[in-house]
Amino acid sequence: MVLPGLRCMLGLLLLAQVSVANAVMTIEIIGAGEHQIPVAIVPFGGDAKLAQTINAVVVGDLQRSGLFRLIDPAGKLPHELADVSYPDWQVRGADALAIGNVSVQDNGRIDARFRLLDVVKQVELTGQSVSANGDEIRAVGHRISDMIYEKLTGDKGVFSTRIAYVKRSGEKYSLIVADSDGYNEQVVLEQNEPIMSPAWSPDGSHLVYVSFETGHAVVYVQSLFTNQRMVLADFRGSNSAPSWSPDGKQLAIVLTRDGSSEIYLVRPDGSGIRRLTFINAIATEPSFSPDGQTLLFTSNEGGSPQIYSMPVAGGPEQRMTFGDGNNYSPRYSPDGKGFVYTHLINGKFFIATQDFQTGQVETLTSGGWEKKPSFAPNGKLILFASEARGRGILATVSSDGRVQQHMFTDNGDAREPVWGPHQ
Amino acid sequence: MKKLVISIVLLNLLAACASEKPKEAAAPAPVAATAPVAAPAPATVVAVDPLNDPSSILSKRSVYFPLDVSAVQADDKPIVLAHAKYLSEHQNRKVRVEGNCDERGSKEYNLALGQRRAESVKKMLVLGGAKASQIETVSYGEEKPLCKEHNESCWKQNRRSDIKYQ
Repeated sequence: MVLPGLRCMLGLLLLAQVSVANAVMTIEIIGAGEHQIPVAIVPFGGDAKLAQTINAVVVGDLQRSGLFRLIDPAGKLPHELADVSYPDWQVRGADALAIGNVSVQDNGRIDARFRLLDVVKQVELTGQSVSANGDEIRAVGHRISDMIYEKLTGDKGVFSTRIAYVKRSGEKYSLIVADSDGYNEQVVLEQNEPIMSPAWSPDGSHLVYVSFETGHAVVYVQSLFTNQRMVLADFRGSNSAPSWSPDGKQLAIVLTRDGSSEIYLVRPDGSGIRRLTFINAIATEPSFSPDGQTLLFTSNEGGSPQIYSMPVAGGPEQRMTFGDGNNYSPRYSPDGKGFVYTHLINGKFFIATQDFQTGQVETLTSGGWEKKPSFAPNGKLILFASEARGRGILATVSSDGRVQQHMFTDNGDAREPVWGPHQ
Repeated sequence: MKKLVISIVLLNLLAACASEKPKEAAAPAPVAATAPVAAPAPATVVAVDPLNDPSSILSKRSVYFPLDVSAVQADDKPIVLAHAKYLSEHQNRKVRVEGNCDERGSKEYNLALGQRRAESVKKMLVLGGAKASQIETVSYGEEKPLCKEHNESCWKQNRRSDIKYQ
């Protein structure tokens, strides 16, 4: 009974080719956090000799989060603990200070050692060494940013995570994986037919997505390591809206093979398909709760598109959104205490969140063509598709709505973004 | 001068986009008969396939929907029923019904809605005498819009099912 999946694997076509594009990203930040932590990042000793500086990556990461105020080192460039004079930094108003050195080893690897210091208490908060291949300077920077972020905010950083999205340039559609800041684009699939709804496996090793390359919507699973892919679902009508369960053992997908758009569960090898909803209207966009027990989804069973919830084990669905307007694309927050979704009212799309316990709804954005939100794995940021200057762009908003960033890729329309897991 | 020509072309494009009567938009070119080209036509009168007759209702291949609606509208029923009759009289012909949506909604919701728009046309074709095996349905959701502006004159053209002869 393992065979169906194996057959799929053997029958697959290796159309995809991973390539790396040197995209130019433009990132604009709007707003600032309520309490910004003043921090000074001193360029590491040896940093200027690298192909690009680690300092620029770290400063960029911390600035974009909106939670930090970067203090200019203004001529003071200590690299060792012994060189640090705390009063210099107290005068500048810094609460924390990062110093360090970076060197390139004989084998080409980069070796960065850094310390994060509490300027007020005059103690070392952490000292770490990070090493990586010579072409992974940005990755080294993101890891250092993550450590600084975690020490100073108490939350895990997401600078080292990746995102996936679809880019349309003319008639060409590309499925792209990139760093969380949009850099380091890798093309996973490129073709002249639409690609939709990418979603990550919980371990970040695979993407599942919808492609129209055979003339209708078919769900594929593709390994990001081997690039091999297989058909997960190709029944008559539309096969779509894949979402992976947190334990990785099954996916929720939407099929129309029995008539209406209904949610089904399927194993990652395409076997064991089981129908979950019997709504006889539209049910789509399933999202698993972090404990894997519940699904949120979009349905029009009450007349307009709204968010519903139902147990994965089966059972009655419960409507979650009320009031004026339509609601789409629910995604659980990583702590399972609420969800983010797209709210459409008076012709404008907004990104909004709802808390399960209080039922409180918060609209996080100012409205426009804002769609398809997904949480960063630390729950502090939400990635979504937006539009600016006539182009589809990627955007993030902090979960308190205070800080937004707009990420412009060098060309094309970006759409359908989804934030990947911690690696 | 060149600039002027471009402007005029643009205006024409915009005008096409803003057409208030999408139902009267040019029908897709009739499917060419698949007879071998080599044989010269005998000099006898051959009945014209009504599919290829531009004055026939069969030249209309698109039906349009209000926002978030997937039921065939009364105005468009005669079009669908004419195709149903044709299919019942030409059981070797097959059609692909393609459902489309405007961009208001999520992509996945619109994919599902487009599927319903295709299915509702299929249902009426079958009620009108076509066989289910003659009809394939597919949805493009909001992925293949005819018109790409953010306005109602565009959206009304995109909320559509096309009957395409194979």
